[in-house]
Amino acid sequence: MSDERPISETEKGLALRTAEELRTAALSAAESVPVSLHPPTLFDVQEMELNFGPQHPSTHGVLRLVVRVDGEKIIETKPDIGYLHRGTEKLFETETYPMGIPHTDRLDYVAAATNNHAYCLTVEKLLGVEIPRRAQLVRVILDELQRLSSHLVWLGTSGIDLGAVTPFWYAFREREQILDFFEEYCGARLTLNCMRIGGLPFDLTAGWIERLTEFIDDLPSRIDDYEQLLTENRIWKKRTVDVGVISGEECIEWGVTGPVLRASGVEWDLRRAQPYECYDELDFAIPTRVNGDTYDRYVVRVQEMRQSARIIKQCLDLLEPGEVRGKVPRVIKPLAEEVYASIESPKGELGFYCVSNGTNRPYRMHVRPPSFINLQALPRLAKGHLVSDLVALIGTIDIVLGEVDR
Amino acid sequence: MADDETTRRPDADAGAAPPAAAPAAGGPAHKPPPPKKVEATDASAHPWVAGIRAAFPDAVVSAKEFAKQVTVVVARERIAEVARHLKDREDFRYCVDVTAVDWRDRQPRFDVVYHFYSFSKNDRIRVKCAVGEADEVPSISEVFLAANWSERETWDMFGIRFAGHPDLRRILTWDGFNGFPLRKDFPLEGIDTGAAVYPEEWPEGGGPSPDDPNAKVVS
Repeated sequence: MSDERPISETEKGLALRTAEELRTAALSAAESVPVSLHPPTLFDVQEMELNFGPQHPSTHGVLRLVVRVDGEKIIETKPDIGYLHRGTEKLFETETYPMGIPHTDRLDYVAAATNNHAYCLTVEKLLGVEIPRRAQLVRVILDELQRLSSHLVWLGTSGIDLGAVTPFWYAFREREQILDFFEEYCGARLTLNCMRIGGLPFDLTAGWIERLTEFIDDLPSRIDDYEQLLTENRIWKKRTVDVGVISGEECIEWGVTGPVLRASGVEWDLRRAQPYECYDELDFAIPTRVNGDTYDRYVVRVQEMRQSARIIKQCLDLLEPGEVRGKVPRVIKPLAEEVYASIESPKGELGFYCVSNGTNRPYRMHVRPPSFINLQALPRLAKGHLVSDLVALIGTIDIVLGEVDR
Repeated sequence: MADDETTRRPDADAGAAPPAAAPAAGGPAHKPPPPKKVEATDASAHPWVAGIRAAFPDAVVSAKEFAKQVTVVVARERIAEVARHLKDREDFRYCVDVTAVDWRDRQPRFDVVYHFYSFSKNDRIRVKCAVGEADEVPSISEVFLAANWSERETWDMFGIRFAGHPDLRRILTWDGFNGFPLRKDFPLEGIDTGAAVYPEEWPEGGGPSPDDPNAKVVS
């Protein structure tokens, strides 16, 4: 440190003043200024509309927000979405059930495995098929790896949004390794297409389990690295604590699920509430926090990553050789019925509602996307905050526009 | 064009699912047994259905249960009241989703489908109502804030109007877009709507209609 000047007691006192004290001081200073009969209009309420996006780096895609501001304060936010609408639900109707799986990759494109999983689960429910034990365990491993990689993308990018560049490099270092595991398993890194109706397309390659075990054993110390950079970081806390507070009741009212709901004190996770595959046998905690602010959502996601590592470790121990594909007819023609199935994706409840008319194509396949529903609460979160907090809030909901617009 | 084609190529997904076909490729004699069929059962006696019927005697049209999921079909006019009843009396506090299904040749043409979840019961209920092309459905966005965007999406994709919705604008397509993409008669290739991105020049429905022979098909 070049600045060797001793800090005086007055300066220390000034540095420790809270926002409330600063405000009181500013007000009393303002009172001593003589008031003119014709004050200048510069500081009057001046509302204006601001276009935030669609080409803005912090919107994580093509999201446009029409923000009505008074100075820096947000009065109203109107999200304008649909820039990435590709008619996925229409495409499902024109293709057979197995041909729909690659389309799901393109919904939440940073978490393709969970999308594949929800789709396959829905069709399996419609068909009434059971999938083999080994396939269940590998699906859970892939899901949790995907949750890790999705949370790592979130951690890195929302750090950058708030000016913390360093965590990005650490988070993406581990994400690259996870993508390597996916690549080795199914050949793809992003659009995985790694599940099939009735099980999995491939068995694991030789050595995959050993390498994954090594990676997972090492992972908690890597998560410590991120926490060291952010958890007690003063700037990070200043930008996130008490920003975008939402209560659990309001979350439910808005249909908000996933880490956002859990950070508001509601211990609800579909892996525990309505277990699918073999989640009911696994031992894991559901991290929750009570304040429901941006900082708590950060803590919940980081804790979830630790739990994911725990789940993967248990699944690896339970793995035994066996089939990875259940008995499914070659031409899939379900009964003319309707079914809804959902899983806990990294963003929240991801559901598929499928209506069959007895042919080999779905008559209607609807996606219940967590990002779309969670984004709906953004105007509520942003109200009264500053424009720069909007960046933190878009990050904290963790939206992926591919899923919002479908 | 969509659903008559769905029956035309029954063997289409034999080629579409190579991993499924791969183990069976050795001998055509190997045939996996068909999965066990689960039939839908009548759920009129289900307590939730009975509860709705007790509160609104004329509301319930039918009820069934399939794969442990209860579906209640109610009259279109009563949907907002039924939603309020389910929220307040049966504790279905979380509106999961609102969407629709287009049964092109049926009268009335659409089904609007609602999913609700109850935290205390840890269970879901599906509520449906049949809606004709000219009908309006009472909006439930007063009851569940979460239904706001889902109803807008249903209007955008199917052209079903929700009466009493605070802000029923298109959400995924743009203002002035002409057509409802998820209707079965909307062409998969899309339509040229005259780039109607300026609502002042192209008001709602201002572009060429999907039936217009001169409309250019954009691929």
